[in-house]
Amino acid sequence: MTDQPLLVADSLRLNFGETKALDDASLHIWPGEIVALMGPSGSGKSTLLHCLAGILQPESGRVSYDGRDLTAMSDSERSALRRGEFGFVFQFGQLVPELTCVENVALPLRLSGAGRREAHRTATDWLERLEVGDVGAKRPGQVSGGQGQRVAVARALVSRPRVVFADEPTGALDSLNGELVMKLFIAAARDTGAAVVLVTHEARVAAYSDREAVVRDGRVREQEYAR
Amino acid sequence: MSVSFALLGLLENGPRHGYDLKRTYDDTFGRDRSLHYGQVYSTMARLLKNGLVEVESEPGDGPDRKRYAITHAGITDVAEWIGRPEKPEPYLQSTLYTKVVLALLTGRDANEVLDAQRAEHLRLMRELTRRKNDGDLADELICDHALFHLEADLRWLELTAARLDRLAARVRP
Repeated sequence: MTDQPLLVADSLRLNFGETKALDDASLHIWPGEIVALMGPSGSGKSTLLHCLAGILQPESGRVSYDGRDLTAMSDSERSALRRGEFGFVFQFGQLVPELTCVENVALPLRLSGAGRREAHRTATDWLERLEVGDVGAKRPGQVSGGQGQRVAVARALVSRPRVVFADEPTGALDSLNGELVMKLFIAAARDTGAAVVLVTHEARVAAYSDREAVVRDGRVREQEYAR
Repeated sequence: MSVSFALLGLLENGPRHGYDLKRTYDDTFGRDRSLHYGQVYSTMARLLKNGLVEVESEPGDGPDRKRYAITHAGITDVAEWIGRPEKPEPYLQSTLYTKVVLALLTGRDANEVLDAQRAEHLRLMRELTRRKNDGDLADELICDHALFHLEADLRWLELTAARLDRLAARVRP
């Protein structure tokens, strides 16, 4: 564990029309830690996640990743960073419906230049690790919601990102399936040493984190990093 | 326990007679459990003995003539009590409600009360989640029971946070 945060949001501001989505929001993510972003709907937690991930650009303030200023990068530099260093899990898996599950998981590796066979072998290992080894040949439309989310987690982790952004990853699942997804997701993230930024409104999901940060009216109340 | 803090907190905005204090308590927190006069006077006697309130006597005799005022030590005690999260356990709501309302009444940050409590609840929920994931089916079921109760508290905390403005408008004089 280093003594430098990996990802820092510093005084971010962003308005959507009249609405202040982020209003002087700051947050620090250390390597390998799991942080839950909580707060009422409309508080700005998803907007903050999108800024941290370089998907949205704040109007002022800066985001730095591993000492590099994300807000000063070009669009293509930011996409390269997202592809290489970040993983994403959304509420609805957002898997590519035309590809099989194993092809979905192999996709990030293929995009980074890995050969087909090697990518498929690694993807299959990841599906097994998430206990969905049997759905590899199926398309996303043919698997259950819980299985689909585990495929999405495998896809997020397959290229061994240093940060995984998860936006309500269990939001569309019943509690038993949600628990299983969280248990496998967090165990795998801890194994690979990835930090996780987890947006959730569910306390039982947040309980998988190391600490929480509460977003309210576009501002963050951050619990101290204690390790 | 929380009754004496609640009575003490109600004195922060100004001295009151015992009768007035009971009425204010019943209106603010009482609902289906209004206080007996005897309880108010015995609590005041204890607070007086501990130096947390003082008496401003008025002409005439009898307990009704006593006006109670909070002391600096009393204010410190109230602040400490409101700021300290409760040990997470089911059915805390009435104590938390008292703290939130008193914070609003006395110009303290009620969000801080809710945040401190959320952090305390999540700390315990993390511990239970770890125990559950490392344990067998029995651990899982036992921890889940506690987790669902704590989650209900947390949902109440979130709802209360979302309604603080309305609550403030209702309770503030």
